[in-house]
Amino acid sequence: MAGLALLVLFALGAAAAGGSPYDPLRSSADEQLQPPSGRHPFGTDHQGRDVLTRLAYGARISLLIGTACVAFAAALGVPLGAAAGYFGGWVDLSVSRLVDVLLSFPSILLAIAIAAPMGASLETVIVSVGVVGVPQFARQARASVLALREQEFVTAARALGAGHGRILFRAILPNALGPLIVLATLGVGSSILMAAALSYLGLGVEVGTAEWGHMFREGFNDYKHSPWPAIFPGLAISLAVLGFNLFGDGLRDALDPRSRETR
Amino acid sequence: MTAYLLRRLLLLPLILWAVSFVVFVLMRSVPGDPADAILGEKAPRAEKERLRRERGFDRPVLVQYGIYLGKLVRGDLGESYKRANTRVADEIRSNLPPTIELTLAAMSIAIVLGLALGILSAVWKGGWVDYLSMAVALAGTSVPIFWLGFLLILAFGGFLPITGTHGPEHFLDPVTGFLLVDTLLRGNFAMFWDVVLHLLMPAAALSTIPLAMTARITRSSMLEVLGSDYVRTARAKGAPPWSVVMRHALRNALIPIVTIVGLEFGYLLGGAVLTETVFARQGMGTFILRSVRETEYDSIGGAVLVLAFTFVLVNLLVDLAYAFIDPRVRYGPKEA
Repeated sequence: MAGLALLVLFALGAAAAGGSPYDPLRSSADEQLQPPSGRHPFGTDHQGRDVLTRLAYGARISLLIGTACVAFAAALGVPLGAAAGYFGGWVDLSVSRLVDVLLSFPSILLAIAIAAPMGASLETVIVSVGVVGVPQFARQARASVLALREQEFVTAARALGAGHGRILFRAILPNALGPLIVLATLGVGSSILMAAALSYLGLGVEVGTAEWGHMFREGFNDYKHSPWPAIFPGLAISLAVLGFNLFGDGLRDALDPRSRETR
Repeated sequence: MTAYLLRRLLLLPLILWAVSFVVFVLMRSVPGDPADAILGEKAPRAEKERLRRERGFDRPVLVQYGIYLGKLVRGDLGESYKRANTRVADEIRSNLPPTIELTLAAMSIAIVLGLALGILSAVWKGGWVDYLSMAVALAGTSVPIFWLGFLLILAFGGFLPITGTHGPEHFLDPVTGFLLVDTLLRGNFAMFWDVVLHLLMPAAALSTIPLAMTARITRSSMLEVLGSDYVRTARAKGAPPWSVVMRHALRNALIPIVTIVGLEFGYLLGGAVLTETVFARQGMGTFILRSVRETEYDSIGGAVLVLAFTFVLVNLLVDLAYAFIDPRVRYGPKEA
């Protein structure tokens, strides 16, 4: 697919995070709610802070959140799924039931239910969005392990006397990585979306943090005075998620020969 | 078919129980003393003691769970901590229908347009319809719903109502709780139209992601089916192209589409929460938000529970629909 385009978008998202802005993060000047101008290309928010600056910081935070959530989900989900696929029996049964139960909840609601008792903070976001992502990783890991388990190289390893752990880590998992990486990439995008949603609801990052969802919430409250502080964060979210989605799709197409036929 | 049905039906209470267990665990996972969290640390000790005794916070967790389960079976979802004589179940009963209405409206848009776009994209693969719809679909899954709703407000706020489920000049004695239905039942057509207008933007915003998903899965499923032998046979037989597409191809392509539609419903329930807050509509979304703000954990739990239950039921229906569509499911692997 548009291999270049997606990499460009992705790089855009990442570069903004890298670029350190010149203005301090929490400046409360008295130039509130200004439309885009020369000094403030994206205008200012209700506390007079430069929107572009906060967007850039927000990129960093969103990237951090996205990767942390995916790491959390994968750290929990992959071992569970792999164990289920490898050992079968009651391990498989219990993990599968757990996954089914988690999947019975609409994702955002589950995230809300986890975040509500925890209170708004960065850790809350990571844990709640992470937990929501566990079933997908578990399912994928399980499916891959199930498929690979019967392969000859596994039988060969076992014949050579390799223990379960060795087989799993050295033989099976490396071959299962492909779809998991795709899942991870797409997962960063969806984690950013969900984290933004939580912040929009007031359940995410702490008040004042330069996180895109939170910035939108603040901007939305004042949108009648100036719509700009709400427009840009949403745009940022969309572009970043789009970048990850495109990248993930491209990865998936590259890795899975079957999906190429339908293109 | 009956064996399949029975199995699914028997699993249902088990899943519902598991869901309620998760909700209970989450509601009780407030760090520290629940009375502190609910009433605030500065509340007088007598108040907190009273709350603890009333709600059974001072009893062992297993006992609390037993009480919870017992109440649940009787349909008692608890009571508000702070508002007198307010039962959670009642609040949900009045807030659920508007949310369902919004969800169904968005779902209809998503299915109709999604199917259409997907079919057209598959049939005219590589054409401008294809590229356009897939581009829109991709964008649709990347855009946060609250922002999209906001953009719609900015764009159409001039001539479409942007807040609430209906204007303040209308009033209705609820029958079913579903505004669209009730207004028709009461013959209040002016209000009906008002309700529809108020539904337009939220439903449109909410429908984007399911629309995108439906379009994509329809397209890929149709492409797979259109390349298959039996379609080639139908064409060779001289069947009119539209019949080939609609009768032969679509029916076989439906299975993954139905799956996705079932999953979308879950997304829609959650998304409705977000959309309702943007458009200030009455419903589960605003109810949940208010409960979060007021630390009404029972309310939050009850709301999430009800919505999860709804999702589980919808998925069950989807599974049953499979049996309808695909005879292989009905008869099991050995026959058919």
